Amino acid sequence: MEYMFLITVDESQATPADPTADGFEDLMGAWFAYNQMLVDGGHFITGASLRPSTTATVANLATGTVTDGPYVETKEQVGGFYLVEARDLDEAIMLAQKMPVPAAVEVRPVMYRPGA
Amino acid sequence: MTLDDALTRLAREDSGRVLAILARQHGDLDLADEAVQDALLEAVRTWPERGVPDNPAAWLLTVARRRAVDRIRRTTSARRRTDTAAYDLAEAAEPAADRGLVEEDPDQMDVSDEQLRLVLLCCHPALNRDAQVALTLRLVGGLTTTEIAAAYLVPEPAITQRIVRAKRKIRDAGIPLTIPDALDERVDTLLTVLYLVFNEGYLSQGDPGLLRVDLADQAIRLTRVVRSLLPESGETAGLLALELYQRARFATRLDGAGELVLLEHQDRSRWDAAMVAEANRLLADALRAGRPGAFQLQAVIAAQHANARTYADTDWPAIVGAYAQLDALTGSAVVRLNHAVAAGQADGPHAGLRLLATVEGLDDFHLLHATRADLLARAGEPDAARAAYETAIGLTTNPAERRHLERRRDQL
Repeated sequence: MEYMFLITVDESQATPADPTADGFEDLMGAWFAYNQMLVDGGHFITGASLRPSTTATVANLATGTVTDGPYVETKEQVGGFYLVEARDLDEAIMLAQKMPVPAAVEVRPVMYRPGA
Repeated sequence: MTLDDALTRLAREDSGRVLAILARQHGDLDLADEAVQDALLEAVRTWPERGVPDNPAAWLLTVARRRAVDRIRRTTSARRRTDTAAYDLAEAAEPAADRGLVEEDPDQMDVSDEQLRLVLLCCHPALNRDAQVALTLRLVGGLTTTEIAAAYLVPEPAITQRIVRAKRKIRDAGIPLTIPDALDERVDTLLTVLYLVFNEGYLSQGDPGLLRVDLADQAIRLTRVVRSLLPESGETAGLLALELYQRARFATRLDGAGELVLLEHQDRSRWDAAMVAEANRLLADALRAGRPGAFQLQAVIAAQHANARTYADTDWPAIVGAYAQLDALTGSAVVRLNHAVAAGQADGPHAGLRLLATVEGLDDFHLLHATRADLLARAGEPDAARAAYETAIGLTTNPAERRHLERRRDQL
């Protein structure tokens, strides 16, 4: 089965990855290791880290409007995602729990994906 | 045994095991459940005329297996008509249909692995607590949605919907029928669910209802099943012991007029000695492993009460010791509250009040104020006690408890 991990972070807490900051190398190293683990296990489909929600724009098709900001103004915002292949929910949760970040990860089963 | 008893027994004792076997075999919980329901209906329809089969469990397994295969065939042929890419599910299930001709007896099969998978699935953390309770009672315990709805005093469609939603999530989110690596954690959730069911029965005791099954007895029955599946689990034995100690006192908790009778005034000669003895054996065995968890510690406390010949004989220092361990283990405010009650008995009202002052976050809980009131009264502060009783009375919703608190206040 395929699952999406929606990584929710508290943007008021999260500091943007700064290459000059202490611990930057460790942080990146942990993420590289995590990605490699997903690839080696045959789990990785795709994934991305997103710029903060201050850069978000909402195109509302129902009203035909384009507005500044994220869809919902909350402290917790989606900061990135992964699309993975896992045997079942237990394996998906186990993979999500290995992420090197103190975030809340929403694990959602994929219903349909063109080309999958 | 009457026909009704035989049918109830079939649902309660055998349907969970048969469902577990079919769910494992087909990897499809919904299919297994439908097949078992079909088979139970067939028993209701045919047994009055043909009589109860010699081996009801084997009969149920055979019929449910056939119904599962029938359902797969129907689904597959419906799909064939509409979907050219249909794959043949029935083919995969064919050997099972063949085996169905040779009657297998669940009583002679080791289905503990299948049963454990099923019960862990019902209590999977990805399901909410209400869904865990409903699924466990329905799929493992073999209760009908009507019985569950009556037991919880909620409309039947609400329970039906809860179960349908949970089964849909199990299917769509891919919640597996497996025995997880982190078994202890999952068993903790399972035991918590069972204790919740037990307490619902405990608290609603004496509340009449036409179709109300006794949830406390159902919880004990299911805890026994889990204990047979996990004989090494000290916490499971601890929970069973705890339930039995409390169940042993049921008959004395309310008087003839339906008023609450405090532990202090309960007629100990009417406590169920056989249940207490069984609980003592279970707890002693569990404690020997030297890993006392929250249920074992609660059982240790219940054991002190159940085994004290009179209220005056109660070993309060031992109870305070167990509460201190439980307090350290759980960090729960309710445990701290009970710890304060015990300290009030062991070391006097001032010790109790000191501990009570450290309880946080229970300001809206009537028992916090009732406890403070009792301790203040014993400490010789009737005015402060009266005010605390008033607060407790304002917060309680149970009529029997409210009358009890009013009596205490008036006795000041």
